[in-house]
Amino acid sequence: MTGHTLEKEHVTPEVRAARRKQRRAEAWAEAAGAGWKVWLVKIVALGVIDAMAVYAILVLISQDSWLVAGIAALFVVAVNYVYLTPGLLPAKYLTPGLIFLFVFQIFVVLYCVYIAFTNYGSGHISTKDDAVNALLIQNQQRVEDSAAYPVSVLEQGGQFSFLVTTPEGDAEIGSADRALEPAPDAEFSGGRAVSLAGYNTLDFQQLVANQAAISALAVPVSEDLNDGTLQTRDGSTAYQFISILEWDAAADTMTNTETGVVYADNGNGSFESADGQSLATGWQVWVGGDNFVRAFTTESIRGPFLGVLVWTFVFAILSVATTFALGLFLAIVFNDPRMKSKKYYRVIMILPYAFPAFLSALVWQGMFNQDFGFINQTILGGAAIPWLQDPFLAKVSILIVNLWLGFPYMFLVTTGAIQSIPEDIQEAGRVDGAGVWKIFRHIKFPLLLVAVAPLLISSFAFNFNNFNLIYMLTGGGPRIADASINVGSSDILISMVYKVAFVGAERDYGLASAFSIIIFLLVAVISYVSFRQTKVLEELN
Amino acid sequence: MSFPEPVPAGGIETTTPDERIAREGAALEFETPQNREKSAGAGVPGAKEPRRAFPRYFRETGWRHLIGIVMLIFSGFPLVYVLSASLNPGGTLLTANSLFSNFDLGAYIALFQDPLRPYGAWFVNTLFIGLTTSFFTVVLCALAAYAFSRMRFTGRRFGLLTLLLVQMFPQLLAVVAIFLLMSAIGDIFPALGLNSQIGLIMVYLGGALGVNTFLMYGFFNTVPASIDEAAKIDGAGHARIFFTIILRLVAPVLAVIGLLSFIGTMNDFLIASIILVDPDKQTLAVGLYQFVSQETARNWSVFAAGAVLAAILPMALFLSLQRFIVGGLTAGSVK
Repeated sequence: MTGHTLEKEHVTPEVRAARRKQRRAEAWAEAAGAGWKVWLVKIVALGVIDAMAVYAILVLISQDSWLVAGIAALFVVAVNYVYLTPGLLPAKYLTPGLIFLFVFQIFVVLYCVYIAFTNYGSGHISTKDDAVNALLIQNQQRVEDSAAYPVSVLEQGGQFSFLVTTPEGDAEIGSADRALEPAPDAEFSGGRAVSLAGYNTLDFQQLVANQAAISALAVPVSEDLNDGTLQTRDGSTAYQFISILEWDAAADTMTNTETGVVYADNGNGSFESADGQSLATGWQVWVGGDNFVRAFTTESIRGPFLGVLVWTFVFAILSVATTFALGLFLAIVFNDPRMKSKKYYRVIMILPYAFPAFLSALVWQGMFNQDFGFINQTILGGAAIPWLQDPFLAKVSILIVNLWLGFPYMFLVTTGAIQSIPEDIQEAGRVDGAGVWKIFRHIKFPLLLVAVAPLLISSFAFNFNNFNLIYMLTGGGPRIADASINVGSSDILISMVYKVAFVGAERDYGLASAFSIIIFLLVAVISYVSFRQTKVLEELN
Repeated sequence: MSFPEPVPAGGIETTTPDERIAREGAALEFETPQNREKSAGAGVPGAKEPRRAFPRYFRETGWRHLIGIVMLIFSGFPLVYVLSASLNPGGTLLTANSLFSNFDLGAYIALFQDPLRPYGAWFVNTLFIGLTTSFFTVVLCALAAYAFSRMRFTGRRFGLLTLLLVQMFPQLLAVVAIFLLMSAIGDIFPALGLNSQIGLIMVYLGGALGVNTFLMYGFFNTVPASIDEAAKIDGAGHARIFFTIILRLVAPVLAVIGLLSFIGTMNDFLIASIILVDPDKQTLAVGLYQFVSQETARNWSVFAAGAVLAAILPMALFLSLQRFIVGGLTAGSVK
């Protein structure tokens, strides 16, 4: 075994080498001693993983993703090394979890930092080449009086291709990402090419079933995109479409052939004309700290952002304070041995905590409904209070619902903490002449606080990012009218990130990531400070 | 506010503190200030009565029951409301307000008959994703916790500190990057990318180690190392010690982490909503949210039925394992 209980002690290099040798010998012995079943399981599992990995790497290479393929290969080699080498026990146990941790927690955070410095978002999704292609295809118009090309739609592996009969009577084949090329061995029927070996020709029913995909298919006429594409509406006749934009690779400009306006690369991932008009599709570029600068200086973003920032803190602090206060009060009330049937109260009071949180928020949303909700209609007798529509009341509603959701947890943990405070401390206080309130205020409460402080901190951290409650109860609304981003007055930071990145037509991944980074920094600072505080609390007592 | 000495409340008791202690024994808790406060206020009419039994009952425990009843209403009424709404087929938000005016399971049947909102599929998906995630979370965390708890190796301290650090940053903060990563993966391997439940499970597993390993590590440390030593002397290898001895001894914490992970997965809307696109592949959280946001007022009873069905399993699990969960939460965090 690999020295389970190695204590820290001073060892000379010779001793260490001897130990290493011994450990290796032990590892070999153990590996040999392990049953053949274990080996079989191990070999089969590794085989499956390797097979999948090899497949993945081959696919990656075929897509020219050499870097990712290289990283994947490194991972696979590392995994095989860890599990086939005797010894390395800790690595054997840690590797499975670490792989997921690296990819989906650590890598995504780093990737998030990278995105925060780009203009990634709607209209800036891809590379410049892709943007040029997309612009040329999006701005195509049918060439007036162009020839009609008889066409058959073919399918191979889920991909559609056009088999075109040229005016000269030759067959050519092409698909969205492959320009037309001659297909000399196509079979003709009645003067038009209808089938090609290796492809299925779609019949009428299949054409109808795939109508949307087929009418969206644009097959380039040649490698030069300025030559336009063939497109079909009915699946039997194609027409030539040519873009009204003309791409000049040498000058790096797009020219509108109808109006003559020239759009040039503006350095920010868009083509822009001299009078400031830019084309809809741009590409992704590194923009440095622009997103952060925008968050803090652009008036229509800064105002809502700072409001959201303050509300996030207020929400998290008040949530912890209200739930803790109610939970502590109830713990004190119900922690009396004379009281009967406590456990029935307890069971019912724990129910809000057991009920799935997302459902609670949705149910409360219905109950808070201004026109039909239970609270306005039944409890308040037909009032029309805009619980979720008014900026202030929306926040109040959120706090009420979070109190409902959170007090059972605080009740449970404070009950536990109170019961674990030794009786004799109380006795000692009483002997010294302290009253009940003094004992509570100066002895029990500080002790209790030390015990639950870490839980209060984690509760704060949880509420700081309590996306579900906000998004499902108010949706962050009511929306702030003069904000240029999609943000409402009861949004917290994380729900703002979600809305900026994923809700609505304008998706700004760069700005959303910049907000994420700001949350990261805040969380880091808060954790650091709060854990220092906890230490101070512990030292006090 | 200060209470230097217990003041006789309601003019009845004139005992000294010591006598009271003697009478009530360990029962005297520090909540007495509130006790006295309440009984002085709420119990005034009763206190003047010649019958002493009730005022005293009220001062000692009666007011506690009053608070208990208030809390019962506060905690219970939203749940009663949903249950009542679900039994009122065809009901809207407005008709849901008259509680239990109807008793009919029609909404539960309607729930499964809407092809646009495949509740049955959501339910199965949630179970599948939740159970798979929680199973693998438990496995991954147990493996890692075993290594940290029982082995000494270079980088162990660094690893523990890193996990503590990672724990501070919930995965959902990087949701944008997760979305873009998954869409990139989906371009190459459609089975693992966007709109793939396997992909979603993989994302959840990425967050597993950071969140739960510490909790598990604390529990593994409570199992005495002498047990492993004894097994080792008897010739058991590390794998046998892990699978047949340690795992059995920490079974309660495995159950707790599995349950917490299941509930956490079930409650997740953020990541599930961006990865799962097709209605047939979505989970309950995503599906029911869209249900409500699309037709809040109209089909409220069907939503309520969906909510009741969705809540039964987690609530039953939670209530039956409640003792472990609360213990586990406290122990893990305080450690």
